Amino acid sequence: MPASRSRFLVAALAVACSFAPALAQNLDAISARQQLMKDNGRAAKTAAQMIKGDVAYDPAKADEVFATLHETAVKFGDYFPEDSKTGGKTEAAPAIWDKPDAFKAALAKFQSDTEAAMAKKPQDVDAFKQAFGMVAQNCKGCHQDFRVER
Amino acid sequence: MLKRGLIGLLALVVITAGAFWLLSAPQRLDAAALPAEGSGDAARGERLFWAGGCVSCHAPSSAKGDDRLKLTGGDPLVTDFGTFHAPNISPDPKDGIGAWSLADFANAMQRGVDPEGRHLYPAFPYTSYAHMRPGDIADLFAYLKTLPPVGGRAPDNELAFPFNIRRGLGLWKRAFMDGPGPIAALPADASSAVKAGQYLVEGPGHCGQCHTPRTLAGAGGLDLTHWLGGAPNPEGKGRVPNITPGGSEISAWSQSDIVEYLTSGFTPEFDSVGGAMVEVQQNLARLPDEDRTAIAAYLKAIAPVSD
Ligand code: HEC
Ligand code: HEC
Ligand code: HEC
Repeated sequence: MPASRSRFLVAALAVACSFAPALAQNLDAISARQQLMKDNGRAAKTAAQMIKGDVAYDPAKADEVFATLHETAVKFGDYFPEDSKTGGKTEAAPAIWDKPDAFKAALAKFQSDTEAAMAKKPQDVDAFKQAFGMVAQNCKGCHQDFRVER
Repeated sequence: MLKRGLIGLLALVVITAGAFWLLSAPQRLDAAALPAEGSGDAARGERLFWAGGCVSCHAPSSAKGDDRLKLTGGDPLVTDFGTFHAPNISPDPKDGIGAWSLADFANAMQRGVDPEGRHLYPAFPYTSYAHMRPGDIADLFAYLKTLPPVGGRAPDNELAFPFNIRRGLGLWKRAFMDGPGPIAALPADASSAVKAGQYLVEGPGHCGQCHTPRTLAGAGGLDLTHWLGGAPNPEGKGRVPNITPGGSEISAWSQSDIVEYLTSGFTPEFDSVGGAMVEVQQNLARLPDEDRTAIAAYLKAIAPVSD
């Protein structure tokens, strides 16, 4: 009796240990990718404020906006391990794992569009508006297929 | 004894079948109340075309630019009841609706009946389009005739029994087709913008088709006691949000925040529109500013549904 119970305890502990890090890794990946997207949102806000004229146009800030978006585009794809499909209020759609090639293509387009926008170094608000408009199409395009409201 | 029972059963079947046939008969519009053939104005119709979102279902999502206006039928619409394929509605006389009269078109748009008298499935949101003004239907028809005619038919719907019996839709319509008149009760002193928004949202915009829950586990009509109060996503994943003033997210948005969302797709936190709303937003972005302002004014004026 005691022997079998302790065996049971060992087994239970082993299971608990093997779950705990996996669970933690899950939430880490989810919060890391959500943080990247929050940075995207902040960059988009700076962009919109300059386009609307609420804030004076500043080419240095414009460079920063595109650099932030490009950084997200490069890193974002690293945070979708198999064990992060659910949990942590994620809004990632199952399509990310079901159609990996389409998701990779969306990431690649976001990377090349942000890179092209950085290279333009827009000097006035009209040029910036145009460059940002092209980048912003990526937000909708990817959220249409790969994100769900919960 | 047995024979009497059989006759009784047979009689019951005949009566039931007869009642089914009568009750499921197509109901057409009153021909006398329709605008004259050819009276529509295509320029005005374009606005209704974008408000109505016809491209979202009748053009493939892979089509870009002007190809979006080739209405040969869209992506498969996958639902719990089976898969629907929106048909070719380009002005092609053979495969599209080029040979239709205005009366044919109006009966499809507002009664869900095709020229052969067959019922159409409410996956085509005619229960909303039924709220449109007859003159607007004529304008929309005139605009559709200016689009490029393209041949080719969409595949047939793939539906399971009993949903594959079109005649049965007659019963569904009797039970669930909206009555005439506006849906939301607005205060008597509602502004003209709020009223204009009501028409756009309840009629051509068909917002309730996604944002309002349905009765009978999704197979019934819209649950008007929860008008625009949020619903399960018809395409299966996630939820469509509550857009009444009681919605957890939208309650914090000002009227101009809503206008901005419908115009650019950005929320006040600079999150970006997603899911099925992307196509809707891109269609609405083509309307004049006053229409988006009217829609936002209406969404602020309706009764809150709590989340
Ligand atoms: C390649 C795909 C992709 C692109 C491009 C993209 N997003 Fe996202 N976004 C996502 C996914 C997936 C999520 C859900 C992440 C989660 O919850 O796990 C998301 C979530 C978000 C969130 C919510 C973050 C949170 O949890 O609070 C914001 C804000 C956001 N995106 C803004 C943007 C903006 C602005 C852009 C364009 C500049 C953009 N996104 C471009 C895929 C993308
Ligand atoms: C949500 C998707 C959706 C939208 C939006 C939509 N339709 Fe349809 N439509 C359909 C489907 C699905 C059918 C086929 C229904 C059936 O098989 O009974 C259809 C059928 C039709 C028909 C009948 C065609 C025939 O050959 O019988 C017409 C006409 C039509 N739609 C016009 C329009 C117009 C005009 C608009 C825009 C104002 C529009 N539709 C918007 C999905 C849609
Ligand atoms: C085809 C289904 C569909 C139709 C039709 C539709 N919506 Fe939506 N709507 C959605 C979905 C899905 C979302 C969630 C978007 C997301 O995930 O980013 C949404 C989001 C919204 C939001 C943002 C709410 C929030 O809390 O984030 C507003 C505002 C809105 N819709 C208004 C409208 C209006 C006005 C109409 C009619 C003109 C309409 N919608 C028609 C599916 C639809």
